[in-house]
Amino acid sequence: MADEALFLLLHNEMVSGVYKSTEQGEVENGRCITKLENMGFRVGQGLIERFTKDTARFKDELDIMKFICKDFWTTVFKKQIDNLRTNHQGIYVLQDNKFRLLTQMSAGKQYLEHASKYLAFTCGLIRGGLSNLGIKSIVTAEVSSMPACKFQVMIQKL
Amino acid sequence: MSRPAHRRPEYHKINKDLFVLTYGALVAQLCKDYEKDEDVNKYLDNMGYGIGTRLVEDFLARSCVRRCHSYSEITDIIAQVAFKMYLGITPSVICNNSSRNEFSLILDKNPLVEFVEELPAGRSSLCYCNLLCGIIRGALEMVHLAADVTFLQDRLKGDSVTEIGITFLKKQDEKKHRRKK
Repeated sequence: MADEALFLLLHNEMVSGVYKSTEQGEVENGRCITKLENMGFRVGQGLIERFTKDTARFKDELDIMKFICKDFWTTVFKKQIDNLRTNHQGIYVLQDNKFRLLTQMSAGKQYLEHASKYLAFTCGLIRGGLSNLGIKSIVTAEVSSMPACKFQVMIQKL
Repeated sequence: MSRPAHRRPEYHKINKDLFVLTYGALVAQLCKDYEKDEDVNKYLDNMGYGIGTRLVEDFLARSCVRRCHSYSEITDIIAQVAFKMYLGITPSVICNNSSRNEFSLILDKNPLVEFVEELPAGRSSLCYCNLLCGIIRGALEMVHLAADVTFLQDRLKGDSVTEIGITFLKKQDEKKHRRKK
């Protein structure tokens, strides 16, 4: 699908644009990641509204997470999440072995230190999607070897 | 999931929504970061330039366009093949001057502004879709054609149509075998 190339390129430009306008330093890095995550949050909210317009009501939290792993991920990234683990107490780990936004970057440990910049938007996407389904959460990502990555979702009980 | 059949047409739309929504979030963030409209416009144009330089390779790989021999052929290809491929619309092309190096693309439908009703207050000279201008400019430069691309009319600013003007500038190198687009 040609649209994918457009989104990939836009995402990469966004990341480099956000980082270009700042200097080095831990604080600045955190601020840039927050900016990208907030953008992803807003997009996730909008997307999930469009997407779940006609779907049936979700039974419980696990059902929502499965929806994110299958339908949502398939629509956005053309594949499902490869592995979903949970401790049944509000923590879910979504593992994607070939994350679309990282496949073009490297296949292994090269550029590992830059991977987090490219995951911030997607973390926000998940958090925004869950937020509009009524779940407040914190989403973080970790990469040990590209292009596989894990998204950790911590549900906040209100 | 158990309902694949009627889902299929939705996937395509959601994909386009992803790009449109991301672009909207980006413009909103830029409006927060920069006070002056010109800065936001310039930023969007530069970003589009970066995207265009890479997008043109994707475009050339996917489409089988033959070598072009005139500016109007190139503009036709941008309107009928490239726009159709990436945004699903086909703008119409008008040639603006007799020396045939100034063209306009008229967009009657612009998917990027699908969720935008009007420009925010105080942002009346914001070119919301300036990314498109940068993309066209970057793509043309990668095939060794210098061009000026700007918005001549914008529906969001109250005009009746959205019009992108492409002015081809004098090329630097004349090597014929490089003029493939």
